[in-house]
Amino acid sequence: MTKKLAALSLVAGMLAITAPYATAEVVLPDAVMIDDGEVAKSLTGSAGNPENGRKVFANRKQGNCLACHMNKDLSEQPFHGEVGPTLDGVADRWEEPELRAILINSKIALSEDTIMPSFYRLKNGARTMDKFDGKTILSAEQVEDVLAYLKTLKEE
Amino acid sequence: MHRTGKKLAVIAGAFALTIGLASHSAGDPDENSLAIEGETIVTDVKAPADSPLEHLYSGWRFRASETQSLQTDDFENPGMVAVEQAIDQFAMVDGSEGKACADCHADVSDFKGLRPNLPRWDEAKSKPETLEHIINECRTERMGAKAWKWEAQEMLNMTALIGLQSRGMPVTVETGGPMASVWEKGKELYYTRVGQLDMSCAHCHENNYGKMIRADHLSQGHINGFPVYRLKWGGLGSIHRRFKGCMQNIRATPFKRGSDEFIALELYVASRGKGLSVEVPSVRN
Ligand code: HEC
Ligand code: HEC
Repeated sequence: MTKKLAALSLVAGMLAITAPYATAEVVLPDAVMIDDGEVAKSLTGSAGNPENGRKVFANRKQGNCLACHMNKDLSEQPFHGEVGPTLDGVADRWEEPELRAILINSKIALSEDTIMPSFYRLKNGARTMDKFDGKTILSAEQVEDVLAYLKTLKEE
Repeated sequence: MHRTGKKLAVIAGAFALTIGLASHSAGDPDENSLAIEGETIVTDVKAPADSPLEHLYSGWRFRASETQSLQTDDFENPGMVAVEQAIDQFAMVDGSEGKACADCHADVSDFKGLRPNLPRWDEAKSKPETLEHIINECRTERMGAKAWKWEAQEMLNMTALIGLQSRGMPVTVETGGPMASVWEKGKELYYTRVGQLDMSCAHCHENNYGKMIRADHLSQGHINGFPVYRLKWGGLGSIHRRFKGCMQNIRATPFKRGSDEFIALELYVASRGKGLSVEVPSVRN
């Protein structure tokens, strides 16, 4: 556990060196505090990239958000799921700190029973496959990128 | 500001729901009815009193009409090839005792009524048994033949042939007596969140059936049609293979085919479908 954390902060440290815009260290999953359904500060210390967030949103091996959410902005993609609410205009309904919390841990930010995965949490369901165990579904950068993309989904 | 927005979204949601109830929404099971070779197959029945569901629907009702139609005619049902093979296997001598199934069971139709009651308690072994166990018990203990592997073609063929004898009969599986603790264990597994995606069977098949999850139309996840011919598999597959696939999709390490866990889950899932017709071998995409 401590070893894993140390390894992660090492990765975070490397990112701080290689990524030109990263000014602060990445907030590790276990260090994230959800306060009244909100996470105010960026996980990476900087704003995400909405174009990449759009890709992560659609990618079946990454966010795969389209599995459950309809989204007109991605109408070029076939098969939008209907398990969750449509995300058209989602930025009109939620503030950035709330959206960040929903992405990080839907069980805290939305409801304990939700089907929606928690994308930035180390401990998930029982019997998680070895290759995914103790890992987050999305990286801190990907969470911020998806968030930046969600903020573009406005209708008002 | 976002608070009012959220309220509006909720109202819009309620409105969509009313529309969904009034007309027939895209998410519901369809209204098609299934008859095979003139025999009516019950694909929709009021749920028993202790069910968490109000109404039960066979997985057939959620499939596209092209897939559905493959099951309405035995000449078109690709699963019937396996049944033909099993008819040959039934008459084939195998093992040290020089016997075929047909030497002890004059007619395969004697097995009518077996499939709807499985899995069941095996008194002699003091544990639950599935159709696969029953078949292998005959092979190893009465024929002196080797057990077939759970997912072997011969086993799939034979479970399809034996299941077919009960086609149209309601699932009635026994959940009391010595099966009660097995059922409890299956129920617990059904509601346990597993995998990195952190979902239970209930999240998809109880709370969200009828909805699209990306390209798939979620059913209630019943097993009255197994073994099913899946177009994606290009052949028949067992109940435990389907459980395994669903677990892997949510990034969980599946239990093994034939494991105590999957047998318990099989009993529990079967009991959720009590009253639906056996429709072996069914066709799914
Ligand atoms: C397996 C289904 C599933 C997946 C995958 C999923 N969600 Fe959700 N999401 C839901 C459900 C269901 C809700 C509604 C809350 C509830 O009922 O639990 C929801 C709610 C939300 C909300 C609040 C929306 C509102 O208008 O109230 C946002 C934002 C959201 N999801 C974003 C995402 C993003 C972004 C992704 C991918 C990174 C994603 N979701 C992946 C099922 C899912
Ligand atoms: C992420 C969603 C999801 C979860 C979680 C899930 N399944 Fe499924 N399951 C599906 C989809 C999609 C299909 C194919 C369409 C259908 O029949 O529902 C399916 C099909 C099935 C079928 C075949 C139904 C038929 O008529 O052929 C069974 C049985 C089944 N699931 C059982 C289970 C069990 C048991 C679990 C828990 C171990 C489980 N599923 C978990 C999505 C899921």
